[in-house]
Amino acid sequence: MTKTWNNKAWFMVLPVVILVAFSALLPLMTVVNYSIQDTFGNNQFFFAGFEWFEEIMTSSRFHDALGRQFLFSTIILAIEVPLGIFIAMNLPSKGWKSSLCLVLISLPLLIPLNVVGTIWQIFGRADIGLLGASIAALGLDYNYTQNAVDAWITIIVMDVWHWTSLVALLCFAGLQSIPEAYYQAARIDGASKWATFRYIQLPKMHGVLLIAVLLRFMDSFMIYTEPFVLTGGGPGNSTTFLSIDLVKMAIGQFDLGPAAAFSLIYFLIILLMSFIFYTVMNSLDKKEG
Amino acid sequence: MKVTKSGMVMFLYILFLMLPIYWLLNMSLKTNNEILNSFSLWPQNLTFENYMTIFTDKSWYSGYINSITYVLMNTVISICVALPAAYAFSRYRFMGDKHLFFWLLTNRMAPPAVFALPFFQLYSSVGLFDTHIAVALAHCLFNVPLAVWILEGFMSGVPKEIDETAYLDGYSFTRFFTRIFMPLIASGIGVVAFFCFMFSWVELLLARTLTSVVAKPIAATMTRTVSAAGMDWGVLAAAGILTIVPGALVIYFVRNYIAKGFALGRV
Repeated sequence: MTKTWNNKAWFMVLPVVILVAFSALLPLMTVVNYSIQDTFGNNQFFFAGFEWFEEIMTSSRFHDALGRQFLFSTIILAIEVPLGIFIAMNLPSKGWKSSLCLVLISLPLLIPLNVVGTIWQIFGRADIGLLGASIAALGLDYNYTQNAVDAWITIIVMDVWHWTSLVALLCFAGLQSIPEAYYQAARIDGASKWATFRYIQLPKMHGVLLIAVLLRFMDSFMIYTEPFVLTGGGPGNSTTFLSIDLVKMAIGQFDLGPAAAFSLIYFLIILLMSFIFYTVMNSLDKKEG
Repeated sequence: MKVTKSGMVMFLYILFLMLPIYWLLNMSLKTNNEILNSFSLWPQNLTFENYMTIFTDKSWYSGYINSITYVLMNTVISICVALPAAYAFSRYRFMGDKHLFFWLLTNRMAPPAVFALPFFQLYSSVGLFDTHIAVALAHCLFNVPLAVWILEGFMSGVPKEIDETAYLDGYSFTRFFTRIFMPLIASGIGVVAFFCFMFSWVELLLARTLTSVVAKPIAATMTRTVSAAGMDWGVLAAAGILTIVPGALVIYFVRNYIAKGFALGRV
């Protein structure tokens, strides 16, 4: 669509700008302010330059949390994206069955994050939970509060349980937009199932798949509540992801300077990712449209 | 009845999704004694006591009222400010529009953990701490950009000729917008309402940081069940089940828009 050039449109955007400036820009400036100052208490601050940034960038605590975070996001994407596509392709496409399946698979998406944590906390306990008890009955040693590997597995299964439906719904929306004629043409050409998937379904899902991958990347990169409820970042530090570490630092220990520097670095990493996301999506839009 | 392969896949997947929820429901209908001392797939002595505890104790049920209050406030605010902005983005080019759009999107990607402490200080200093509106405004941080983004997608699907015809017919902008344009993108508004509800309802970190007593959300109240006498598992499970109910209702009402909505109007 051709758009007319009109600077008066700013007036329509103004409410959003003011609101977001109040709820995003002001707090962000506070963070910047803290990140370059130090204090000995009594609300007396003095300029500390880039000291905190250097401290965070070189601290092994930050590197470890960042490493765990990338590992977690990678595993999540590697499981949820193929599984989501697979589920979407098996969803019934019309009728009451389709509605029923859509309602049921969206259910986990609307459960408050801490309740998701609680559900799995209960479900995984060997004494009162179905999952924990079943594994124990098989004779395996499973305890997500003591064993780091078990904790990781539990958190990953929990996230797959929670968010695969989002990927599936997005892919389902993409699949729904493919005209029946494409499939007929494929049948006439005698295309195999794999060829139909590779050359018809996958290219048509490209756009929504990108949204899915990036939403999942961003959200898994910010994950806080679920692991916090489930394991509290433990055992030890084995499931302390970036957000958990940050909240520990800022609210637990009240180390404002380092926490602020941490926040900014964290935010910059995500910003970089969103920039790549935005550029890629725009160039794809241009190629198609 | 013939069992197809895809039917099997869906059955297994839905079973996987429903089992933990069923287990929570199962626990919410047992007494604590039964939960801890016997292991059963369904309640042996069915009891609604846990639910009664929640419905009769003010500190419990006010949590639900608080949560729903700020979620609704947030949904209304987000839609009201996002509508004109999305219209501007979909119809006009103006100075810095692309940068502005990108900046809005980056806020969707900001980790709430980064904002928790500054929010606390900001809202305390303007006297909004522990009010519903504070949480509603804080949740605008991630809901408004998303609302603008989705609505822009839906609005771009409406041909521009409709606007022009309406102006030629002598409609004023506000009359055109409310009478003609909004009904055309009604499904888009529904989808946005759904998303705002969803993300505001599930969020805990900011809601907990910004409230203490008066506006305390249910999710934060739930952490209370850890007491000196040990965990009150039954009540915890019942509270969890009750948090799922509003979400399930919302899904039921928008079930026909879900698939399209999750594609953010871009399919």
